[in-house]
Amino acid sequence: MFDVVVVGAGPAGSMAAKTCAERGLKVLLIEKRQEIGTPVRCAEGISKKGLQRFVEIDRRWISAEVIGAKIYSPDGTEVTMAEEMAGNEVGFVLERKIFDRYLARLAAKAGAEVIVKTTFIGFERVGNALRVKLKRMGEDWEVETKLLIGADGVESRVGRIAGIIKTLKKSEIESCAQYLMSGLDIDENYTYFYLGNDLAPGGYAWIFPKGNGCANVGIGVLPSIAKANAKFYLDRFVEKLEIRGKIVELVSGAVPVYGEVATAVADNIMLAGDAAYHSDPITGGGIANALSAGYHAGIVASEAFEKKDFSANFLRRYDELWKADFGWKLRRNKRLQEFFLKLDDETLNSLARSIAGKNIREMSIEAIIAELIKKNPSIIELLKSFLSP
Amino acid sequence: MAKRAFVDRRKCAYCGACVAVCNLLAAELIETFLEIKEDCNGCGICVKVCPMNALRVAEV
Ligand SMILES: Cc1cc2nc3c(=O)[nH]c(=O)nc-3n(C[C@H](O)[C@H](O)[C@H](O)COP(=O)(O)OP(=O)(O)OC[C@H]3O[C@@H](n4cnc5c(N)ncnc54)[C@H](O)[C@@H]3O)c2cc1C
Repeated sequence: MFDVVVVGAGPAGSMAAKTCAERGLKVLLIEKRQEIGTPVRCAEGISKKGLQRFVEIDRRWISAEVIGAKIYSPDGTEVTMAEEMAGNEVGFVLERKIFDRYLARLAAKAGAEVIVKTTFIGFERVGNALRVKLKRMGEDWEVETKLLIGADGVESRVGRIAGIIKTLKKSEIESCAQYLMSGLDIDENYTYFYLGNDLAPGGYAWIFPKGNGCANVGIGVLPSIAKANAKFYLDRFVEKLEIRGKIVELVSGAVPVYGEVATAVADNIMLAGDAAYHSDPITGGGIANALSAGYHAGIVASEAFEKKDFSANFLRRYDELWKADFGWKLRRNKRLQEFFLKLDDETLNSLARSIAGKNIREMSIEAIIAELIKKNPSIIELLKSFLSP
Repeated sequence: MAKRAFVDRRKCAYCGACVAVCNLLAAELIETFLEIKEDCNGCGICVKVCPMNALRVAEV
């Protein structure tokens, strides 16, 4: 009998398992892969703040450090943003192969049992607990637990079987492809974002430097409006920008751009990270939110044990915590995403031109928006829907 | 005729994008092996979402 079973050893799951174990709970962390952290499904960008809140920085899993982001409109107009303005995905570029393993080791060190090559299949309710069905290296295995934390990423089997969340529609997921390239001649002080309805329909392309002339060069597209698969758009992007480097790794993946789910809990169950669609609808960034969600789920798990209450009603305390922390931002950015989807390339160019060359480090979000409206009065109506609370 | 999704294993990069959008939970990723179960009704959403163009729907 475990107190908590955590499914998935990504950032959300390891952080949840660590937090539970540190508070004296008996924790089982299962991961279906045989190697935690590989294959990587990420561009590895994260803000310093988003990371430092939950882990002490260790240079072993920092690939590069950047001071800002450069954003390019379809006609190539460049907008430079300093790190503190650029949001959750600028600051560090991680080495997730090492980072994810490090987090799992922290969970293990705190006392969690970590078992790989073990898949969550389903669960049934037995009294006030759950019987969790697993497959461990091909063999059926059942464990009982009071709490189940679904941190199983975008595949999100726990949440869908429990009926907490609905399957993503093709307008609620970014389909992504990425090359790790070497031998690139770029300024490694910045991350680069490229916009355009033709270039990356419903998404954007990126270049995130990893040091020594290497970078993650990738693209995300929204399948509901894309005319081809992500890899097609990636190859076209690399060709169009004449990015001359050697491809040393291929990454493919998907990230939820759903917005804020109504709830991430059911009786005895909490979902954290991509499993609860916690990634950002604008940027697709999800590491920082996954760490935060995992932490808060762990805290509420230990409170549930103090109160001996594992009902959805009690676990809604976790909803309150993640919603207050970043849920409001998912809600806002979903609306912002819908706003951006309505802009044609001409408008994107005009928006970029109106702030290009300005020192964004010294401009607040409000000042940027005021500047945008002054130069582009036609976007007022669109912006209103996004700004109203 | 019944339809089903099929995977080209030489293109599949086993990322699980298809698993995420399969409402019937008919796609399962086992390490690098994508399994498409009998329950698949050939709706084709996975074909659209696959980053690698590794899936297609065909009659069975
Ligand atoms: C191409 C791409 C680029 C991205 N770039 C960025 C970025 O630059 N910055 C950023 O912040 N975010 C980025 N993201 C998003 C980020 O990768 C995710 O938000 C983050 O990994 C979520 O962490 P998680 O712990 O919730 O899930 P994951 O890291 O996905 O971990 C889930 C784990 O659960 C395991 N699992 C799944 N099903 C089961 C099961 N049934 N049984 C047992 N284990 C299971 C999986 O094997 C996996 O190890 C990107 C995503 C993609 C696809």
